[in-house]
Amino acid sequence: MIIYAKRDMKNPIENLNKIFDSRIRLGIMSALIVNAEVNFNELKELIQVTDGNLASHIKTLEESDYIKVEKGFIGRKTNTTYSVTKAGEKAFKAHLEALEQMIKSME
Amino acid sequence: MGETTPHLDALQDIKEMMSRSSRFISLSGWSGISAGVCALIGAWVANSILKDKTGSAGDYLQTESYKVSTEFDLAHIVSKKLFIVAFVTFIVAFMLAFLFTYLRSRKDNFSVWGSTARRLMVNVGLPMIVGGIFILKLLQVDEYGLIAPACLIFYGLALVNASKYTLGEVRYLGYGQILLGLINCWAISYGLYFWAAGFGVLHIIYGALMLWKYER
Repeated sequence: MIIYAKRDMKNPIENLNKIFDSRIRLGIMSALIVNAEVNFNELKELIQVTDGNLASHIKTLEESDYIKVEKGFIGRKTNTTYSVTKAGEKAFKAHLEALEQMIKSME
Repeated sequence: MGETTPHLDALQDIKEMMSRSSRFISLSGWSGISAGVCALIGAWVANSILKDKTGSAGDYLQTESYKVSTEFDLAHIVSKKLFIVAFVTFIVAFMLAFLFTYLRSRKDNFSVWGSTARRLMVNVGLPMIVGGIFILKLLQVDEYGLIAPACLIFYGLALVNASKYTLGEVRYLGYGQILLGLINCWAISYGLYFWAAGFGVLHIIYGALMLWKYER
């Protein structure tokens, strides 16, 4: 990590978002960025995690206001869908840029 | 250098998730191959019906010759038979294509009827339904020669339209069908051969390439 200081560059690791450290949360965000809305079961299928695990990561993202939760029904079954918020989109883009910067600075 | 790896992995994950969540990727290469084989069998049956009745497929498709060839309504009987052949070919091809894709999605642990599949169906469906109605109108006005090119063109457009929602390679299959359809417009009497090349040969080539690329 010292390498960056030597190059007189702002440490890009500061721009990496801690919330996106987890692969599961990164996965949820990636899916929501390209789809208007995704429901719980689709997310579970895409990321291949257990219900409890997925739910806790969703909660973290929801608490940071990165995703919106909408509870609805299909017939009698509950259908909870998720979509990304403006803040979430911004944070995700910033995270991507930070990743890009890090890789560039290491080359 | 070693430290870039986790970040590259993260970017790779993001890319993969974006694509996987928005595209229906369980489409199996076997679906293409089976649809192609069905089309070739269908074209062969259609060709023998035409040969039986008129001597050669080409003659039949040049509409004047069959109209004057017989007193009773031969054209009507033949076209009815052809219609049944086309219908059966389509149903069997569709069912086999669905079966192989269903098997693959089961293997990959994906549900076959998710939102990506729905999006794919809607985008394939629109040009296909419009094309179908247009072809019915062609039948009604006895423009049999234009049926094969119309099938190829509308199907090609459907594939190009759908390629954003499934394996991107479908786009090239679509270009191939459109190209064959357009050339066929100026070689009307070879309609059945163009049809067999597009729906048969191109499907089989596409299916084999996809098998080789994704399912090895």
